[in-house]
Amino acid sequence: MAAVSEGRPPAQEQPPPSVRRRQSGLRRQESRTGRLLLSPTVLIVLAIVVLPIVWAISLAFQRARLLNIRRVGLVGNYTLDNFQRVLQSDGFWSTLWTTVVYTVGGTVGSIGLGLVAALALRRPFRGRGTVRAAMLLPYITPVVAATFVWTVALDPQAGIVNAWGTKFLGWDEAIPFLSTERGHLLGIPVPTALLVVIAFETWRYFPFAFLFLVARMQAIPADLDEAARVDGASIWQRFRNVVWPQLVPVITLLAVLRFIFTFNKFDDVYLLTGGGAGTEVVSVRVYDFLTARKDVGLAAAQALVLALVLVVLIVIYLRAQSRADKAAGR
Amino acid sequence: MTAVAAPETARAQQPPARRRPTRSTEERVWGTVRVLTIVFLVLITVMPFWYMIVLSLKPIQQVLLDPGRIWVTIGELTSGAYRAVFRSTDDGGQGFLVFLKSSAIVSVITTAVTLLAAVPGAYAVSRLRFAGRRLVSGLFLVVYLFPPMILAIPLFVLFTRLGLRGSLFGLALVYVAQTVPVAIFMLVNYFQTIPESLEEAGLMDGLTHLGVLRRISLPLAVPSVVATGLYVFMIAWNEFLFALLFLLERPDRWTVSLGLSRLSGSIEVPSTVLMAGSVVLTVPIVVLFFVAERRLVEGLTAGGEKG
Repeated sequence: MAAVSEGRPPAQEQPPPSVRRRQSGLRRQESRTGRLLLSPTVLIVLAIVVLPIVWAISLAFQRARLLNIRRVGLVGNYTLDNFQRVLQSDGFWSTLWTTVVYTVGGTVGSIGLGLVAALALRRPFRGRGTVRAAMLLPYITPVVAATFVWTVALDPQAGIVNAWGTKFLGWDEAIPFLSTERGHLLGIPVPTALLVVIAFETWRYFPFAFLFLVARMQAIPADLDEAARVDGASIWQRFRNVVWPQLVPVITLLAVLRFIFTFNKFDDVYLLTGGGAGTEVVSVRVYDFLTARKDVGLAAAQALVLALVLVVLIVIYLRAQSRADKAAGR
Repeated sequence: MTAVAAPETARAQQPPARRRPTRSTEERVWGTVRVLTIVFLVLITVMPFWYMIVLSLKPIQQVLLDPGRIWVTIGELTSGAYRAVFRSTDDGGQGFLVFLKSSAIVSVITTAVTLLAAVPGAYAVSRLRFAGRRLVSGLFLVVYLFPPMILAIPLFVLFTRLGLRGSLFGLALVYVAQTVPVAIFMLVNYFQTIPESLEEAGLMDGLTHLGVLRRISLPLAVPSVVATGLYVFMIAWNEFLFALLFLLERPDRWTVSLGLSRLSGSIEVPSTVLMAGSVVLTVPIVVLFFVAERRLVEGLTAGGEKG
């Protein structure tokens, strides 16, 4: 943004009054043009995003159902009833917990795998461009197609995973991955379906982290790494002391972005399990309140609670992060 | 920057002759790990699509008979699943041609309107001094911090009242609001790489800011505008939640994503048909992506280098 002020006459040079007047006129014109050019964007976002959010907040405090929605306005009989019902409803806490586990798992998984991919593809080799483009496939594929491939592949009867598992890995019987709430892995009980959903999240979004990490790695001065290599630093030391410190800021940013996106995610879980088998996240619950129960007020209150929890978690994370930064002397 | 100092001492202590063999062992181990990792990554990214294509070309009996086989023999090749997908619903098919048309309409409207709003907006943000510039980051936050679900509720109500529910244009408007901020973000990064002297020259010659945008900046930014447009197109084409909420009761206007997702609900649709539908949904996006890959990646991650 600093670029804007460059190339203009420096302020110290006092221009003659006539020029000054013309300049302030130009400035006013520039400001008017700026507002004019940005106004379509602002209007659309105000109408389709900001206004609905304000309305949703108001709906959360009213008795609003799809049937009587025509009579519910922005101002009405405000009540905390919906919030009370949300907090007391069956499965509120377990859904919230599932959402947090799903979000943390998906965030850590996708950034971790993205980092591994970025490191593995760091040095050039033949066909690297093609491999790099292939890495982005899960991210660009429409979510409906991606979830269908997973659903079909994990199918107990016709899916490849169970076919290979029973054939090569000696599984006793096919596992219905997407409808098993509690399974066993090496004798330890695990939430099977939830793990599959987290794995899907990791697979689908690691390219996003990969892109940002690759861009950041390319900006690391080559001689820094080279100097460390010549000096005999091991590969691990070079990663830990040269590459990693450069990546920390971008990983922090990615963690916040991915956390927000995953926390609010609806379609992935909805399409994979429909929210069954212990995978009900809050946004799927909001959808059910809205469509099955047709209770707009309750859905809005639940969505607001979701947004509030998100903000609290983000603030906690950023606080902890800045404290860690200070401790590390960054 | 302490990192540079540490190896400095290491050099002083270690004679070069002793260092060589140990390092080559280490490098060989990491080299192997690296190759295995790359193979693993290629497998997990490419295999699902290979699997999708193979299944879509097989008869369903073969899939049920031997679900673990991931190739298709010449003899069993069939386009039956695709024919079932494209045949109109009157002929007992799934009517995907209609879905494709709806998806194309929504995506094209979204892309056009988003660019019409975002190009001038991005130019203003990157070049003009005015009070509203900071507003843009605020908009960003609002659009992406709140769950789309929270928007869905009032929009559902609002569109019902306005009679826009079930309309492709209404759906496109929602997509525009969702994509304009990211489009501006990408375009600002591009506009800032255009030398300002060119635009100054235009202003000196008596062009207005709008004239400069139209005659100088925009022609220079065409490749970037195209890349941004493709990204927006991709988001609109892939979107599912709002299509589900607004179009569910209008099967004649379903997008491909929505139409495909409705297939899985009915038991009698074989998985080969599901996969054929998935291929139809995915192919346009993958083709578009590979056309513009490099620019797209640069546009999305610009600014990421700065951390």
